[in-house]
Parts: sequence; structure tokens; C-alpha cells
Amino acid sequence: MIRAAVASLIGLAALASCQSSVDTTQRPMLTVFAAASLQPPFDKIVRQAHVDARFNYAGTQTLTAQLTQGAQADVFASADSGHMKTVQDAGLLTGPAKIFAHNRLEIAVGKGNPKGIHTLADLSRPGLVVVLADPSVPAGKYAQQALAKAGVAVKPASLELEVTAVLNKVALGEADAGIVYVSDVLTSGKVDGIPIPDSQNVVADYSIAGVSHRRAAEEFIAFVLSSQGQAILAGAGFEKV
Amino acid sequence: MSQARIPAPLLLLAAAGLLFFLLPLAGLVARAPWAQVGRELAAPETATALELSMFCSLTATLVALVLGIPLALVLSRTNGLLRSVLRALTTLPMVLPPVVGGVALLLAFGRRGLIGAPLYQAFGLQIPFTTTATVMAETFVAMPFLVIAVEGGLRSLDQRYEEAARALGAKGWRVFSRVTLPLLRPAIFSGAVLCWARALGEFGATITFAGNLPGRTQTVPLAVYVALETRPDGAFVLSLILLAVSLVILISLRDRWLGWP
Repeated sequence: MIRAAVASLIGLAALASCQSSVDTTQRPMLTVFAAASLQPPFDKIVRQAHVDARFNYAGTQTLTAQLTQGAQADVFASADSGHMKTVQDAGLLTGPAKIFAHNRLEIAVGKGNPKGIHTLADLSRPGLVVVLADPSVPAGKYAQQALAKAGVAVKPASLELEVTAVLNKVALGEADAGIVYVSDVLTSGKVDGIPIPDSQNVVADYSIAGVSHRRAAEEFIAFVLSSQGQAILAGAGFEKV
Repeated sequence: MSQARIPAPLLLLAAAGLLFFLLPLAGLVARAPWAQVGRELAAPETATALELSMFCSLTATLVALVLGIPLALVLSRTNGLLRSVLRALTTLPMVLPPVVGGVALLLAFGRRGLIGAPLYQAFGLQIPFTTTATVMAETFVAMPFLVIAVEGGLRSLDQRYEEAARALGAKGWRVFSRVTLPLLRPAIFSGAVLCWARALGEFGATITFAGNLPGRTQTVPLAVYVALETRPDGAFVLSLILLAVSLVILISLRDRWLGWP
């Protein structure tokens, strides 16, 4: 009994040391921290680029907190420049941050637009369940800017922690409308998008940078910036750089 | 009064286990911005989240008591396959990822849910994004802790007390309220405390089913998550408060109520 316990302890220790020795060698598995809105194109990119990558998709603000608290990753793809700068100021970037895509906002509504929403101003209608991303999330910050430009005050029912959560609440029919990215509406297929005019819209700058010295990280970034990668992003509703 | 000596290797493993629990707490305490605790405590966001958390977790515990004790009674009086199925169903939320629980709640009580759709169409009633939804999410995740504890108490109950009461002419409800319930008090209390602690820490089901809005559905765990990036100091202080409250309650209740030696 005791011997078994001690043996399993030794086994655990061996496993741990084994793990760390694997990490120092060139492993093809790449860890990419990417903004939640990037999931559709990045999943496609990883299939076409033939890289072995695992993704941590979350709100950019969550990824930033994880990175600055010491999470190990190889690539960081942010939905805005501010969080990229936070990570850069923490001394974590191993290369220059490059803008690789743009995105715009759209109003997501239920299929067929049952509530007849056509402008940002419609979102302030009483009785309407509007969901936004939290202002700490890039999409939430952009949504605030767009609403301010339009001079509209909205009382949201919830401030979600990822833009994809906003999309899901509209897709599930729990919310009547939400402000998300054009790319979210395009790839979801479960909501309709109401365009926001340029005068009120905000352009999101997506930037990418390496956070480890592995060559696979550079290769992944190069692929995202290549014409092939840009075509995938454009197909997912992003704007090329 | 000689206590059996614990073998050294087991002591070592026990120490490792304890350390595993203590280190994250030590990290929190070490990183806590002690100078700003007062200011963060006084911040309106903190007070709002704390107030909401207390209200929701206590309400959830109350609901769990009202529904969970009878459920435990039924569980303890059934046997065989029915009991296995019932028990699996009631304890499912303990092993289910809370986010899945939140999705399930949406599919049942959301505007297009099984129960939620008729409610919405008939009365315009919407449960998601309300404080009610937060309480429901917490109850869903936390009630099994109470049910398990009370069922355990019922099973180890000396049935002769109930039999004696019945022999003296007491009817079902009277036996339950005058004999069974008082005998169960330690089990009910320990179950309620565990249930409350679980409700207080609930995150996944709440964010999925109730959303995140300060003052309405943003409980302390959600506020910690939101603050972690924008106001890390605030997040640390809120975490410390949760930690301290839970610890104080668990320690102070231990001897008196929980029936733990």
C-alpha cells in the first residue's frame, strides 16, 4: 500500500520532469491565444497551414490577464491594439505586433428580424432585450463607441464576457439584439445582421504577435499575413489589411 | 486513549495534499493589495456585487431547503433501480460542468425553452438576465450538496424514534416535523452550509443562464472575473473577501452544527 503510494509519487515526479524535457525540444504543437471572434477563420487556417496548434479562444481581456499572469503561449492574437500594448508593456512579446485584419460592428438580430430593428437608435426601444459585450471586452468597448457616435443610450440586459456569448444569446432567442462583429454574423448563420453606417461604425484592428521564441510561432503569423491566410480571413467576414 | 500512529509516508502525502490547497490561497494573500483593501471594500461595485451575492446565495439555500429536504426524504425511502435513477438525477449537477447546467437551464426556462416559451407567450415573463435566473442557477448547482447530506442523515437515523412516535399515535406530518426534522438538524445544517458555500461561488451556470449585469446578475465571482483585467486589485480584494467569509463560516459552524468531531 505504502509502496504503491510512494511508487505513484515517484511516477508523478517522473512524469513532471518528462513533461518539462519535452517542452524544451521542438514540439510541433503550437499554443495560440486568440480573441473569441477569431475562432472560425483560425480553425480553418490551422487546417490549411498544416500546423499542429491548440487554441485558447476567449475574450481578449481574459487572454491578456492570463498572459500577464504567466500563462505559456506561442502566439497572441488580439481584437484590439490596447490589450496588445498591455502584453507588450509586460515585456512578453518576442516580435513586433502586426495588424492582420479589421472588423466592423453589426447589429445581430433574430432570423427574419422579428422585432424590426434597423438602426442603433432602435436599440433604445423599451421592452427590447439588448445584450452587449462588457466594456472590458474589445467588442464591448467598440459597441460603446458606436452607440456614443450615434448618440444612443441603451440599457443592456447583460454585459457578456465574450462577443461570441452576445451572439449566442441572440441566436438562442434570449436576446432581441446584440452588437457583434460583421464576421460573427457571417460565420454564425443563426442570426441576421443589420449594418451600421460608417459614420457610426467603429473599425476594429486585430493584431498578432509572437509570445515565445519558437519558429513555428513565426511561421503561423507569416501564414496569417500571407495571401492565403488573408483570403481565409476575408471569407470569414474580416477585412484584409 | 492511544491513537494509532499514522505511517510517515501517509503523513507526507497528507502534507502534500494540504499544501496543494494552501498554496493558491497563499498566492492570493501574498498578492493582495492590503493598502487598498479599505478603498476597494468601499467601492460601490464591490458593495453591489457582495450584496447581490449574499441575497442570491441565501435565497438559493432557502429554496434548496424547501425542495431538497423532501427530495432527500423520498430518496431515503426508495430502493433499487428507482433510487439509483433518482439519485443520479439529483446529483447530476454536482458533476456536470456548470456551463452545461446553464445551457440546460436556458433550454428549459429561456424564452424558447420547454417551460420558458409558454411562460413568455402567455405572460411575457422572461427569466434569463434576471436576479431570479441567478438564484435558479445557484440552486441548480448547489442543491445536490444539501440533498446528499440530508439523505445521509436520514439513512443513519435510528428509525425506532419514528416508530415509537407512530406507535404513540402520531400521524405522518407530525412525525416528520416533531421527530424526523429535529433529529436531522445536524445533517440539514451541514448540508445547508455546503449548499450555501457552493451557491456563493457559482460562476458558470450563472454567466450562461443569467448573464452579467452589475446590481442584477453580477455576483462576486462574476465581478472577480470582470475585474481581473480592468481592476486586478479589485479582483484580488473580492476574492479575499469570498475566501475570508467562507473560511469564517466553515470554521465557526464546525463544532456547533456540523456534527463533525
